[in-house]
Amino acid sequence: MARSNFAIKRQPGFATIAIFCFALLYLPIVTLVVYAFNEGNSVAIWQGFSLRWFRQAWNNQQVLEASIRSVQIASVAAVVATIAATMAALATTRTKPYRGLTFKYAFINQPLMIPEIVTAVALLIVFARIKVATGYSGLGYLIAAHTAFCIPFAYLPIRARLESMDLTLETAAADLYATPWKTFTRITLPLLWPGIIAGLMLAFVISLDDVVITEFVKSGGQDTLPTYMLGQLRRVVTPEMNAISTVFLLISILIVTLFFFISRRRT
Amino acid sequence: MPANPDRGAIDVRGVSKIFGSGADRVAALDDVSVVICENEFFTLLGPSGCGKTTLLRLIAGFDFPTYGQILLHGQDIAPLPPFKRPVNTVFQSYALFPHMTVAQNIGFGLEMLGKPKDEVTARVDQMLKLVKMEALKNRKTSQISGGQQQRVALARALAPQPKVLLLDEPLSALDYKLRKEMQIELKRLQHETGITFIFVTHDQEEALTMSDRIAVMSQGKILQVGTPWDIYDKPSERFVADFIGETNFLTAKVEPAEGGKANATLSSGKTIAATVAENLVPSGEATIVVRPEHARVVKGEGHLPGVIDNIVYFGTDTNIHVRLDGGGAFIVRQQNTRSAGSGFELGEHVGILIADDAAQVLKD
Repeated sequence: MARSNFAIKRQPGFATIAIFCFALLYLPIVTLVVYAFNEGNSVAIWQGFSLRWFRQAWNNQQVLEASIRSVQIASVAAVVATIAATMAALATTRTKPYRGLTFKYAFINQPLMIPEIVTAVALLIVFARIKVATGYSGLGYLIAAHTAFCIPFAYLPIRARLESMDLTLETAAADLYATPWKTFTRITLPLLWPGIIAGLMLAFVISLDDVVITEFVKSGGQDTLPTYMLGQLRRVVTPEMNAISTVFLLISILIVTLFFFISRRRT
Repeated sequence: MPANPDRGAIDVRGVSKIFGSGADRVAALDDVSVVICENEFFTLLGPSGCGKTTLLRLIAGFDFPTYGQILLHGQDIAPLPPFKRPVNTVFQSYALFPHMTVAQNIGFGLEMLGKPKDEVTARVDQMLKLVKMEALKNRKTSQISGGQQQRVALARALAPQPKVLLLDEPLSALDYKLRKEMQIELKRLQHETGITFIFVTHDQEEALTMSDRIAVMSQGKILQVGTPWDIYDKPSERFVADFIGETNFLTAKVEPAEGGKANATLSSGKTIAATVAENLVPSGEATIVVRPEHARVVKGEGHLPGVIDNIVYFGTDTNIHVRLDGGGAFIVRQQNTRSAGSGFELGEHVGILIADDAAQVLKD
């Protein structure tokens, strides 16, 4: 590798700044995880090791219901968003560049750019009207909202995968008597799988994690795990919250790690 | 099986391909007509951008002609999509399917045609044997070398027994030695399978060694179609003569002679017998070409007097560069012998002797 004249690592104070940043990033999380195992009621005074808060969270009916609801919403939203994102990615990469293509990219990625609070308020108003008109107040609103903001997250890895794919492969399949549908199922889709799985997982995590839009859109009794936790924090703070957060963190790390390995895998 | 000149496998009739419109309008192919015979090794030769790959893509069905017809054994295939044409392609990049094994790649076409499993297996084994790749049948295509990928690409395209095999500069990614091997291999495969090969290349040497016939292309047009011998020895136009091999261009006064030939009077006043490009009645001032190996340098006057400018030795031959007294330059190529040098020195005043009928009168 070419030797760079400017080596950031050798600048004075580099190590100090780096350690400070990492500490700022990880110390609160470490503290949170540590106090999840606290024996006492405090999140600040250590009183010995115990798993009681994990047990309490596990036996808390509200936590269980909120978790199930979170997973339900995230699963449906991630799958629908990934299907939509796959189609969008195919449509925006399998054509010659034309006027308006950049606009379409921007349009698809719009939820990334519009402040979440704006989307939340807008959805609140629209869904309120629909609720009045139809009388339906189920999970459908949350699923629709989550699907919408998950699409760009699913779209990005799928499009990246498609762009690195050799188009000649599809031409070759057509040359070897494969109909367009056969070309898609036998060539494009198998080669695209890692991108689709990565998109799906990213969308799942993003949906699982959402607070702002969910808080605005949910009806009574439709708490997801994050909004339930937010609600609890307004009242009393016990290490139960730490315990839930710790489990949540573990699941996220697990999914992100999987995502990393899948997106890195080469065919 | 020898090439069958009576039956046209591919008949290209007045095909044009126009990209863009208005000011950006580019004719990649401009009213091209050519008949490619059954069992023929036919080469489309030309510099990049001459339209040779476009013509190949039109025959394969990856693009559609703006005007004209492409007949395959008398049937117009121009409007058919690629998966309905009994024509297969070997791609420049090979385009092997990375998620399949060597055997799965070769069997893909047959599988898409809906052939029964045992027939596919048998044919794949036969193809593996043909390209000598039996040992690697279960490897992923990323686990084999470039030369082996080339063989798999060939086997995959030949497996469905196409009427015509199209090859788009398939040897350009290989190193020199492997390329020479594959040239012989391709000739052998064409001979053994009896399939019409249409081969695209910009390498004139490759075209001369491998082809039954060559079409030289430039700027979307076919300039000349003929055997390698025709193309090399009887070029019809300046571009063809210049693109293939080394050539000396001379200006001469020409007049018709017996047997469709011409008498060419050179700048020195001497007259030589010359052959004439097809459909040309020679008269007045014209360009004639002489290949460097068809002339000799002699002590004395010869047909053209001049002074030796440079002597370039390269193993088998020596090129003697002569600055002509009447202006211009002329290169003579002479075969080396073991014992003697070229026999000439720099600055020596010599003559160039041109053999009878060694010169060809061009159209332009």
